[in-house]
Order: sequence, then C-alpha cells, then structure tokens
Amino acid sequence: MAKLTFLGGVHPRDGKELSKDAQVIEVLPQGDLVYPLSQHIGAPANPIVKKGDRVLVGQLIGEAEGFVSANIHASVSGTVKAIEPRTVANGSKIMSVIVENDGLYEEAPLLETTETEEKEQILDLIRQAGIVGMGGAGFPTHVKLAPKDASAIEYIIVNGAECEPYLTSDYRRMLDTPELIVEGLELVLKLFINAKGIIAVEDNKKDCIKKLTAAAAENSRIEVVTVKTKYPQGGERALIFATTGRKINSDMLPSDVGCIVNNLDTIYEIRRAVVERKPLISRLVTVTGDAVVNPANFLVRLGTNHQEVAEAAGGFHCEPEKIISGGPMMGVAMYTLDVPVTKGSSAILAMKEDEVAKAQQQETNCINCGRCVSGCPGRVIPSRLADFAKQRNREMFEKYQGMECCECGCCSYICPAKRNLTQAIKTYRREILALRKMKK
Amino acid sequence: MSELLHVSSNPHVREENTTSNIMFDVLLALMPAAVFGVWHFGWHAALLIAVTMFTCVLTEYIYEKAMHRTVTIKDMSAALTGLLLALNLPPELPVWMAVLGGVFAILVVKQLFGGLGQNFMNPALGARCFLLISFTQAMTTFTHVDAITGATPLATLKAGGEVDVMNMFVGNIGGTIGETSAVALILGALYLLAKQIIDWRIPTFYIGTFAVFILIQQFAIGNGLNLEFLAAQICGGGLLLGAFFMATDYVTSPITPKGKIIFGVALGILTALFRLYGGSAEGVSYAIIICNLVVPLIEKVTLPKAFGR
Repeated sequence: MAKLTFLGGVHPRDGKELSKDAQVIEVLPQGDLVYPLSQHIGAPANPIVKKGDRVLVGQLIGEAEGFVSANIHASVSGTVKAIEPRTVANGSKIMSVIVENDGLYEEAPLLETTETEEKEQILDLIRQAGIVGMGGAGFPTHVKLAPKDASAIEYIIVNGAECEPYLTSDYRRMLDTPELIVEGLELVLKLFINAKGIIAVEDNKKDCIKKLTAAAAENSRIEVVTVKTKYPQGGERALIFATTGRKINSDMLPSDVGCIVNNLDTIYEIRRAVVERKPLISRLVTVTGDAVVNPANFLVRLGTNHQEVAEAAGGFHCEPEKIISGGPMMGVAMYTLDVPVTKGSSAILAMKEDEVAKAQQQETNCINCGRCVSGCPGRVIPSRLADFAKQRNREMFEKYQGMECCECGCCSYICPAKRNLTQAIKTYRREILALRKMKK
Repeated sequence: MSELLHVSSNPHVREENTTSNIMFDVLLALMPAAVFGVWHFGWHAALLIAVTMFTCVLTEYIYEKAMHRTVTIKDMSAALTGLLLALNLPPELPVWMAVLGGVFAILVVKQLFGGLGQNFMNPALGARCFLLISFTQAMTTFTHVDAITGATPLATLKAGGEVDVMNMFVGNIGGTIGETSAVALILGALYLLAKQIIDWRIPTFYIGTFAVFILIQQFAIGNGLNLEFLAAQICGGGLLLGAFFMATDYVTSPITPKGKIIFGVALGILTALFRLYGGSAEGVSYAIIICNLVVPLIEKVTLPKAFGR
C-alpha cells in the first residue's frame, strides 16, 4: 500500500537521535516563575491575583476573558511578586504574573464542575484547565471541541506525527504513556458520537506505533495510522489529507470537512484535566541541538525560565550562535534565554552555527529551478510570491494565491539560491491579513 | 552570554544544494559528451571548448566589474553556458567565431537583461543562432572522422539517403562537437534525472511528441511504421542535447508542472515541423529559443491550483 502522505514537503535532517532515547526528567524551578497572561490565540486572560497574594500549585491566577481565551494557573506555590509586562519567546512583551516560588509545592483543590451531563462536564473541565493547542498555535481547546454541529464531526485526528526535526517530546509521550493518550482520545470521542479516532504517527517512530496500536486494540473507534515521514506531515492541512483524503484551504476550518485535529500533548492534558482534575501547569520540553551538553527531554512547570531548563541539560559546551524556541523549521529564534516556558514551548534548540547566516553569503538570483514549487505543500509558486511580496504587489500576490501559505518554511529550506522566500511571503501575507481585519 | 544571538525568521535550516552545485552537476553530466566530442573530432574541438568557456567567464567578469556589480562567475553558470555553446559548434569552426559567440551569449543574451535568472532565452542557443545567421557557411560545415567534409546524417536523410542508426547511437558521425553521441548524452541525462536536477516532464514530452509526430507523418506519406527513420531522427542532430540539457534550462523554461508539459509538447511539434518541412535539416535550436519566448505566457495559463482550492 502506498504510504499515507501529501504532495510537496521536504526531508530536513531530523536530528531526533540526539534526544529521543533520553528519559523524561522533571525540572524543579529555582527562580521566579513568569506566567504571561496570553499564551493562546484570543483575548488575554484577566489577572485575578494581586501583588502579595499567596498562590498554590494549580490555582487559577488568570481568568479567561470571553469565550476564545484560556485560563492560566500557577505551577508552584508562593507569593505574587508583581504583575508586569515580561518578554516572551517570540520577543514581544506580554503582561505577566510573577510568582516567587516557596519550594513547598502546596497544592490547590482539584478542579470541580457543576455540570451534570458527561459531555458538558468534559468540556467544562477542559475549559477550566486552560488547555490550548500545545503544538505551538495555542488555540483554546474547549473552543475547538465545540463546533456548531458536533454530530457532523467524523474524524478526531490526533497529531502524533512530530514532523518538526529535533523535537522528541511527543515521541516520549507516545512511548512512555500510550494508554493515557488512548484514554484522552476516548474522552474526546465521547463528545462526538459519529466520530472515529485517528492517531497519526510518522513511520520513523515504529516503536510508538506498536505501543499505541496495542493500547488502542480494544477500542474499535480508534485507529493508529502510519503516515510517511516528511515535513510538514503534522501540518493540519497535510495531516487531514493524508489520513482522510479531504482537503481544506486557508478559508476553511477542519470541521468544515468533518475533522478536528488535536496535538498529542493536548490530548494528554485533556485526560489529566478530566480524570485527574488537574489544570495545565507543566509540559514536556526537548532541549537539544549541537551546542547542548546533554540533549534530553524535560518535564517543566510552566513559567520556568528557559535558562534553568537549558542548565538542566548541562548548559552549552560552546557559545551557540542561535537559540530557537521550537523546532528548526517553524520555531522562533530567541535573542535571550530569559523568557518563561509557556503552553506552546515544545523545545529549546541551540545551534553552534546559524545556517541562515551562512546561507546569506551564498545567495544568488532566482534561477527558476522550481524546487520551491515541488516542495510547497500549499501547491503555490513561492518564488513568484516572494517577488510580488517584495514589490508589494497585493493584486498579483493574491492572484497567485499567496494567502494559502502556511509558513511551513519548505521553500526557504529547499531553495538552492538561498533566498528567504518564506520570510518575504509570510511577512506580506500577515500584513494583508491585518489590512483585511482593519477594513472589517 | 557574551556574544549576541542570531535572530531570523523561520526556517532556521537550509538544504545543502546551492546554485553552483547544480551548475557543477550539469557540467559533470555534459562531460561524457564533451570527452567523446574531443576524442571523436580531435584537438581543435578541445580548443573550442576551452576558448568558449573561458570567453564566457571572462565576459561575465569584465561586464560585472565594469558595472560595479557583484561578480558571479563562481556560480559556474557562465562556464556552463560556455560549454553548452561549444558543444553546439562545428568542430572545425574558427576560434574567433567561437569567441564572438561566447561574448554574445553572456553579454547580449544574459547580462544586458539582468544577469543570472533574468535572460529570456537560453544564452548558448541564442549565441548559436546568432552565429548560424552570421556565418552560415562555417556553422554548417561538418567534418567527418576521416577529415572529409560531408553531410550530417540528418542532411542525408532529408535528401532521401540512407544512414546507419547504430553509428548515430554511438556517435560515429558528423555534427557539432557535443551532439553526435546519443549514448554519451543519455548517460549524462540519466545522471541529472537521478539527482533530480532536471525535471522528467520536459524531455519526456519533448521527445515523445516529436516521435509521435514523426511516426504519423511517415505513415501519412506512405512509409508505414518507419521505426528506423524515427530512431535516426531521435539520435541525429541536436535533439537529445537540446531536450535534456537546453530545453530543461531552469531560467528559460516554465516553473509550473503543467507548463513544463505544454512546453515539451510545443517543442516536439516545432522541432518536427522544422526538420521535416523547414529549409534546414536541423530544428532544435530554433524550436527551443522560440518556445523560450512564450514561457511567460505558458506560465500564465498554467498557474497551479492551491491545495484545497
């Protein structure tokens, strides 16, 4: 059988061997914890504590503001030191609650729900727990799981592809606790009576596929699906196409074709919220790259400083030229490690040498080779779009379907002329999106 | 940390391939044909190759220096243009004509239009056609192995004569320096296809359409299924060199997958028309530069549909 996949994509060096075999180690924070009130898409949460208040592990400190927003909880016990703007991984300053850790880890009461019906209970607990998409996008999960017509949803797809090079946190989750993933998916399936559960894993993680398949053997509604190892296999559009053959474009939501896609870690946290009644206060972070002494996977309390997490991996054996929050293809380069771990922080990747700077010196004119066209999962022409973006020619940019770009980075990666295609397209596309929003 | 960290937009990794790697690979793929040409035609062929390549690189260097632009000779595209042009020259061509051709290719066709990536037609073929028009006599005089000037197999075919297909496949015939040996060209082409440097669509549809056209024409004029004529037409002249190494030039061929197919089909039809009904026995060079000119149009009508649209 042909392997399930999508058209386009690239095969970057995967680098997962650095950290995949490292058992998860818990990191206990030493310094202050910083909780940005916006770690999700939607309105920032509203701080409900004030300076001097004592907080407990799992205590609500930021309340969701409106429907599309998410709760924020303390991950340690201690005292609120300040509420002030702090720098986050993407470089912007966001209003944050700063807590001084007392090292006691005194726990707040478990989550409770007043709902009576099981479906409502599940959704309410997910909402209360502040769960968001943990692949990085950070869309509030309780909103995603409440589409207009729940009975029209046919597939709940769990994204275990982990197509981003170097990252191994999902790999560890699948390997260490496959039964908890299956249990989490079973809970979500309770919300969608007509849906089938799919756990999609790339074929370079055969051990995970085996374990998940065994864990899901008794549930006829869940299938573990092997997809081809190719970046960006875990992209929402690519994954939906690979597993169901359905296509969505940039104007559509997965629910328009009867699908809902959730990150693997999100599913794990859903189970934790519903079964253990615990809010989202920690996540797995891979610390890796050729500048790191001991690349490994860590269980980190949200709000912990990146510097501490990097030190847990033994620090750096040389000056890294570039440090990335997330993976090399879609991660964000950080100018400082003095930023907190948030719900979307999947990895710290420290690289000895910045390949982008090196490539800059080899940049030539576009030779029209078409590699970007064959690599683009959006099936557009990146080289032309980048030109239109630079000329600020909105009409042609939109005519050449530049708005379909998913910013995956394949075009820049594969370009032999070393042009910064993704950067040009992404910047102009975001500008057009902002202009459209302003008009509304 | 003492040093500042680098910050840039995603992605943070790059594939190893560079423009000069690609050009080098194409140069490498042309080596069998070039070596065969020198072995077959003698040292004057080697001299022409060396002179043309050197002229092209030097022209690019002088022009860019004079215009205060970044010197791009390291990307090896000028060297490649030089080699391609040389392989398209008759082995006994006077050296000064080859120099003129090299200057024309780089200066007029490439640099005046903006340099690498901006030329509207294949520089080597543009220069060949320029030489062909200017020095028709010298450009169409082909020596045989035994140094006797004679007709190329295609010219013989056109005149209604018989040719030896096996000789044509090996390359033991008259012609330009690089076009005679089908087997050497196919060897290089396979290398480029295997390394995915060239796309299969253009050569496949080019040669395929050409073959179908020839077969139909032969059938129509009452020659039945004339496979021998077809084989001679495919191995003869510049078809293989053109289809695999010149029509596939990135800059002057469509970037869209469907566009590549249309481009190939148009090339096949034009080449067959020129060869069968034109004044000359050859047709590949003109077919390619004409199709080069319509590439923007082809791209316009073959814009791909975005995923999910």
